[in-house]
This record gives sequence, structure tokens and C-alpha cells, in this order.
Amino acid sequence: MSEHLIRFTVNGVQREQRVAAQRRLIDVLRDDCGLTGTKEGCSVGICGACSVLVDGEVISSCLLPATYADGTTITTVEGLAQSGELTPLQDAFITEGGFQCGICTPGQLITATALLAAHPRPTDTQIDAWMTSNLCRCTGYHGIRRAIHKAAGT
Amino acid sequence: MTFSYHEPTTWVAAHELIAREPEATVLAGGTAFMLMLRQGLIRPSSVVSLRRVPEATAIRADAHGGLSIGAMATHTAVVMSPLVRKTWPEFAEAAAKVATLRIRNQATIGGSVAHADPASDVPVMLAALGAQALVRSGAGTRRVPIDELLVDTFTTSLAADELIQSIEIPARGRYTRAVYLKFTLRSVDDYATVSVAARADIAQGYVNAPRIFLGAVGPRPMRARSVESAIVEDSKDPRPDAEALVRSDIDPIDDIRGSAEYKREMARVLTRRALRALYA
Repeated sequence: MSEHLIRFTVNGVQREQRVAAQRRLIDVLRDDCGLTGTKEGCSVGICGACSVLVDGEVISSCLLPATYADGTTITTVEGLAQSGELTPLQDAFITEGGFQCGICTPGQLITATALLAAHPRPTDTQIDAWMTSNLCRCTGYHGIRRAIHKAAGT
Repeated sequence: MTFSYHEPTTWVAAHELIAREPEATVLAGGTAFMLMLRQGLIRPSSVVSLRRVPEATAIRADAHGGLSIGAMATHTAVVMSPLVRKTWPEFAEAAAKVATLRIRNQATIGGSVAHADPASDVPVMLAALGAQALVRSGAGTRRVPIDELLVDTFTTSLAADELIQSIEIPARGRYTRAVYLKFTLRSVDDYATVSVAARADIAQGYVNAPRIFLGAVGPRPMRARSVESAIVEDSKDPRPDAEALVRSDIDPIDDIRGSAEYKREMARVLTRRALRALYA
């Protein structure tokens, strides 16, 4: 059994976990940290439901070896709101109908958060390029795009 | 499904580990590794990750105007690199066509080459650009052209004790043109049904040193030598259907991304578009 001590910061909280070498980041987040906001969809890096930010970059937590989280700063959907206050993006997802069933929403919010950090005033083209790989099977894409524009004031 | 896991912090330490455990799987970005592990396609007893080897992510200009891309540089690092965008923007564009932003943020250039998936984008473009892998073993380094490194599906010519340290793309000439085109069945983040990478020096209508490779239509990037010969012979007076010769240069199979015959036809269409882009 190969176990490894990893230290990382998730949503501002420093953590230490012992992880088996074959574990995935999503398992550590959901099962060890209790951060079940991150959803597992396809498990093969396609659907985007498990998107989290690792050192500011959006990745599929179903594909990242947990050992690779050592030394990183991670943001999950639980880390977006501060002191119970939703971010403008989260508010806009509600007011613009940016979701129906909600299963893809944590990943959509994470990717859109990274998009707005890179492009504070995104065009439709930029929104589509960034959001294209976060699948929504309720097909709420127009609402998601409106929500991002509203949060950006564009 | 457990295995011993190592994160050496120098190339020397990585080689010592691999010498001790020749069956070790080398881990780069981890995207393909995690998929194959979960699907039971690999059962490693030992894994050596290169993530802590310093300098392995560096992207540099070499002394001759070419590029040296550290094996552990991510696709996103290539896409965003001002140096790559200035030197070989066509390579940055090819890297940008890989899968999704999330995969590009994690998957590495060296990992893509070593994985040797014939449907991958970057190895096809590297083959067309005449790139070489700088390969290290305990005994020293050697340079291997990408099209000699990739020998079969998921198979390279690397020895068990060899690691890819960097990928070296030669300098472009004044008249060098290059293009990478990818056809996907459904969405932009699919694997290619067919892709084509082409480079050539074209001046006053004369075509020199063409290199045309196709992806996903054979067990490795497939070189379109018939097309290359035709466009050199036809300099000044290109025949209208040189691209049709590509059909005999490739060896596609029927699979979920299309029938072999469909891929042959799409290879012809994409090759025509690539030639037009080179001549434009």
C-alpha cells in the first residue's frame, strides 16, 4: 500500500490528508473533506461536472491524481460564496435561469468564475469557448450565457 | 489497484528509480493515466511522476531559432506562451485544439508524445514540423525524430530506461508555412476523426521540404509521401487533385468515429484544405 501525505488549501482552509496513490482529487474532496458540492458526472474528463480550480486553473477533479494536489490551492463551488453572500455570478445564475436540475451547476460556476478572472468583460465568443466543455443536459446554455453577461455587466 | 508511487526531484533520481524498477510507469500530467487506470487497461506496480523535476516545464528558444518545450509543459502553457505564439503560432493553434480547457490545463506535451495515441493532435503536428524528442537515459541523451519515436498504437521506440526530457521544434525558414486541421464528428472537444498537419517552404510557387502527416487514420501519424512528392513535382503547376493521393498513404479502421472509407474521404477533403492553406 502506497500512502502519501498531501497538504493543500481548499476554500481557504489548510488540510493534510493521507491518500492512497491511486486516489483521485474528487474522492478526497467529496469523501475526505466532505465537500460534496463537486459532482461526479462522466468520470472520464468530458462533462465538466467535477470542475474545480487548482491554483486558479480549471481542471477535472476526476482525472487529477490526489497526490498532484499537494502544495496547491483549490477552490470548489463551496468556496465561491463568502460569509453566506453569493457571488454576483451565483446570483445571476439564479435570476437568469442558469440551471434546471442543477447537477452541472457547480462545474458551470467554477468554469465561469475562471472565465471572468481571465476575461472580466467576456464576449459571446469567449463565453462559448470557455463554457463549451461543461455539458448541461437540460440544455440551459442560453441562460448560462445570460448569467455570465449579467455578472460581468456586459 | 495499488502501486508504489514516487516523485523524484531530479532527472538523475528519476533514472535511478526507473533503473531499479524497469516496469515502472512514468507519469506526466496524468489525464490518460487516470483513465486507463480506472478502466483496468493498466495495472502498474510502480509509478514515477516527473511533476517535481525542476526545469521540466520550461519553454525556451534554442540557439538556432527553434523551440525547446519541456516534457512537462502543459498544453495550456504552450497555447499561452508568447514565445511559442511568436515562433510557431501554428503549433500553439494545434495545442489549442486538444480536448477541453480542463484537459489542456493538466495534460503535458511530453505525456502526449509518450502516450502515442494515434488520435492525439500534438504528435501529428510535431511530426510535420520535423520535431525531435530529446531523450535521456542513465547513459546520456539522444535526439529522436517524433515520427521515428511513434511506432505503433500506444507504442514508442523508447527503451525502458529512457525518458523524454523535452521536445525540440526546428526553426522555421523565411518561406515556411504550416497548418493543422482537425475534423471531429460532434463537438470541438472530440478526438479527431481525421486530422492533418502540413508544413512546406513555398517561394515563387516552388514547394520545398513538404512534410504532411495525418492523425487518427493509422497506428501512428501517417506520412502522406505521395502527396508530398506530387506537390514538389507539380511546383508552379499544381495538379487539381493531388490530395486524392492521400487515400493510399493512410490505413484507417472502422470505429465509433467513422468507417474506414469515410475517414479516407475526409482525409482527402482535409488534405485539400491543408494544401490550400499552405498555398494561400
